[in-house]
Amino acid sequence: MAATTSEPDSRSRTAGVAFILKKAFISSLVALLLFVLMIGIRTEAGPTGQLVYWARLDELALTVAAVFGGSIVFELLRRWLGPAGAAGLVPPVAQRALSIAGRAIAPLLLVFALLVPVIFYQQRYLLDLGILVLTYVMLGWGLNVVVGLAGLLDLGYVAFYAVGAYSYALLATYFGLSFWVCLPLAGILAACWGVLLGFPVLRLRGDYLAIVTLAFGEIIRLVIINWQSLTGGPNGISSIPRPTLFGIPLTAGPNGLAAKLGIAFSPTHRIVFLFYLILGLALLTNWVTIRLRRLPIGRAWEALREDEVACRSLGINITTTKLTAFATGALFGGFAGAFFATRQGFISPESFTFQESALVLAIVVLGGMGSQLGVVLAALTMIGGFELFRGLDQYRMLVFGLAMVLLMIWRPRGLIGHRAPTVFLSHSHSISSDMVGEGRG
Amino acid sequence: MDYFAQQLINGLVLGSIYGLIAIGYTMVYGIVGMINFAHGDIFMIGGFIALISFLILVSTGLTAIPLILLIVLLVSMAITALYGWTVERIAYRPLRHSFRLAPMLSAIGMSFVLTNFSQLAQGARVKPVPPIISGGYMLHEGQGGFIVQLSNVQIVVVTTTVILLAVFTWLVARTRLGRDMRACEQDQTMAALLGVDVDRTISMTFVIGAALAAVAGVMYLLYYGQVDFFMGFVAGIKAFTAAVLGGIGSLPGAMLGGLLIGLIETLWSAYFSVEYKDVAAFSILIIVLIFLPTGLLGRPEVEKV
Repeated sequence: MAATTSEPDSRSRTAGVAFILKKAFISSLVALLLFVLMIGIRTEAGPTGQLVYWARLDELALTVAAVFGGSIVFELLRRWLGPAGAAGLVPPVAQRALSIAGRAIAPLLLVFALLVPVIFYQQRYLLDLGILVLTYVMLGWGLNVVVGLAGLLDLGYVAFYAVGAYSYALLATYFGLSFWVCLPLAGILAACWGVLLGFPVLRLRGDYLAIVTLAFGEIIRLVIINWQSLTGGPNGISSIPRPTLFGIPLTAGPNGLAAKLGIAFSPTHRIVFLFYLILGLALLTNWVTIRLRRLPIGRAWEALREDEVACRSLGINITTTKLTAFATGALFGGFAGAFFATRQGFISPESFTFQESALVLAIVVLGGMGSQLGVVLAALTMIGGFELFRGLDQYRMLVFGLAMVLLMIWRPRGLIGHRAPTVFLSHSHSISSDMVGEGRG
Repeated sequence: MDYFAQQLINGLVLGSIYGLIAIGYTMVYGIVGMINFAHGDIFMIGGFIALISFLILVSTGLTAIPLILLIVLLVSMAITALYGWTVERIAYRPLRHSFRLAPMLSAIGMSFVLTNFSQLAQGARVKPVPPIISGGYMLHEGQGGFIVQLSNVQIVVVTTTVILLAVFTWLVARTRLGRDMRACEQDQTMAALLGVDVDRTISMTFVIGAALAAVAGVMYLLYYGQVDFFMGFVAGIKAFTAAVLGGIGSLPGAMLGGLLIGLIETLWSAYFSVEYKDVAAFSILIIVLIFLPTGLLGRPEVEKV
């Protein structure tokens, strides 16, 4: 009995090996065709300007061999992990444990974030990284209002970031206004641009909306590049004033904060101050979003995301709902932009390319559209992972793109795939995000 | 008037290149309902492959320009089509029935991969080639000595575009594959029930779109005499703008939109400012969409509750 069952098993295994080899062979053949010209031949402009080329057969062979090996490994992994993934059912005990961990993770992260400058006071690099991650968390939370809550697909979010950054930079350098005066102004100006973008796209849906927002982002960037007399064009604006603690500068001079407190000056003070500043701004974004979700307007956003037609027939004013979503998202983008300008001290149009928009959108979608905690986890994953590859500078964007593709295939619904409704009748059911509308715009 | 006529010619040539790329966007959108963000980079890959195969052919001592061009065109179309197929296979097919934003983000990721791959493989610098087709015709000499010219390159670009469009229209309207494509566009489930291999049809859509983008890449190389790894982004956005302007999902619309974007860009550069030509193209897109939310030739989406 045992022999008869093991025989077809072993036969299927040899067939499996043949199948895997065949698949790997086909993959490497495709790779050979794809790469024979792109990798096998290298072109470069010679000293006279004439293009010259030379063959790089070793690199071609290496790449094809890597595809062959990678294909085998991938197929084996899929066989071993496949059945386990197909079962996919987490036992109820583990599910309960996970949900407790899920509830605990947000406060834990918050406490950790508050303690970061204390723990890593000596590691300036980690503090800078923390500031970067928090900036993207804030941008992600801002975009989450537009994409995650209202379901309006915005591919030009970086435009508001740019408006905020340039508002602060110009107001501070031309009129000498302080950061704390400029911060609300930058936010309000960005919100105005948000409304301005909102008007033409009121009637658009889905991908039309996507392309118009993308075009809007490009228009803002191109105007910044070309309006040289105001913005300095591609050279950007430099020596933007650093932030002050409500008028007290964080410098070494006698008026500086260190001198007033009577402690030794250290440049790290400013980094720590910036860290808490962006943490405060991000938490403000989060708090406002959470509060707004409980207001009628927030519920209208979520209703709009689920079904625009139903929304309209229930008497919700689509115009104000969409415009407020754009304005709120843009407001936070503007705040983040002003912070970015004061942190860097220098801004140029290069910081506001489509790649940034795509990165922020990736953080929101990977976080699971509308989940505040998801945005934090996604920002940590993306920016942290991005920094891991800093050594391999030239492969960084390549790896980043591949990671984006693989993460989408692995978890198309984002890291946090479940979400509790903000409003419920008697008791709250957690909804799988497969059931949730997906933002047709 | 002469100046205007010259700009009209230039605009039409540029517009045919945009139109060829736009067809790829609109076809994919019509069938799968997603924005193939990597399509602009497929066009860039097509340009690179054309450049490399051209260099190899020239160094083998071949001198007949038409023969070289034909081989370059075919090689570039074949390999770029394979790129299109691979991209669909790796990044889009696993997400076929996933929610709508997932394939779009995976497409953006794929676009980053292709851009950086060619930067790594071929270097970041612009690759110039000497003019491959020279000469042209003088159409009209106006007062003041302004000459309206039609160069041979422009003739080649427009002729190739027209021939390919004819072939492509025939393919969609008359062949089995075209019928399958139109069936999948209307209802994938029903098409599958009636024996249409949906996966294969979608793959073929990507292959054809990529081949047309490769043609656009070759034409770009001929017309501008250079390629670089970043050209896919701007050209891709403009072509997508063209597809939306014409009404996404509509094939004649894509070509019309391409021509319009080409004309707007050229005329704006000629009469106003070169720096703001892209701003003009995008602004006109936004203005058109305010009044015609589904583009010029697009069908209004019927909303069912």
